[in-house]
Amino acid sequence: MMTDKKNRPVFLDLRRIRLPVVAVLSIAHRITGVAMCLAIPFIIYLLGLSLRDAQGYAQALAILDNPIIRVLAVFLSWALSHHFLAGIRFLLIDMEIGVEPDAARRSARLVNAAGLIVPVLLAVVWL
Amino acid sequence: MMWRASGFRAWLLQRVSAVYMAVYILLFMLHLAFDAPDSYQEWRAWMMLPFIAVASFVFFAMLLTHAWIGLRDVIIDYVHPVGIRFVLLALVAGGLLMLGVWVLRILLMGVS
Repeated sequence: MMTDKKNRPVFLDLRRIRLPVVAVLSIAHRITGVAMCLAIPFIIYLLGLSLRDAQGYAQALAILDNPIIRVLAVFLSWALSHHFLAGIRFLLIDMEIGVEPDAARRSARLVNAAGLIVPVLLAVVWL
Repeated sequence: MMWRASGFRAWLLQRVSAVYMAVYILLFMLHLAFDAPDSYQEWRAWMMLPFIAVASFVFFAMLLTHAWIGLRDVIIDYVHPVGIRFVLLALVAGGLLMLGVWVLRILLMGVS
């Protein structure tokens, strides 16, 4: 039966629609990947600066000590740990480990939570 | 021969580079945790050991390859007008290549 576009049912109860946890993981994997790409030039800059001479080394350490850079570094530590763990999960799924929907949801929840451990610890001891 | 990172090859390259980077990052962090350099001389001497410098350059080569495949997928998924898509892909490719040359000069040619 054909229904025209205007008459299709709409379900938009914001209290009841949930983005599936697997979708959250997938979107976070993309966002963290793009964010880390933007950080690559700064990482290479810091690497070069730290290797140039003693002053450059001190300068690089001073940059890492800057409060704004610390906040960015904590964010990047989240990006790396989430991307890293979600990547391992994708590799396991490629090897047909944890493919079933229930297992996939459980591992996604685990990755989303475990990805927060390092940044939270880092924020506590370093910010 | 034209070398294109598409299809199965891109899929495989994304995983090989991921595994290399995972191992490198874990070893690098272990080194920082247990034997952190506490002076410029020590840091430079360690990073410039031939094995470490080459392994680190390979890390960045893998990182830039991984970034290319990932960014290319993201651009192709979200940017549909062919012209803008092409310009973006060209900018990303050019930028990543320049980063590769930069890090090559730092790690393997001692220019920084």
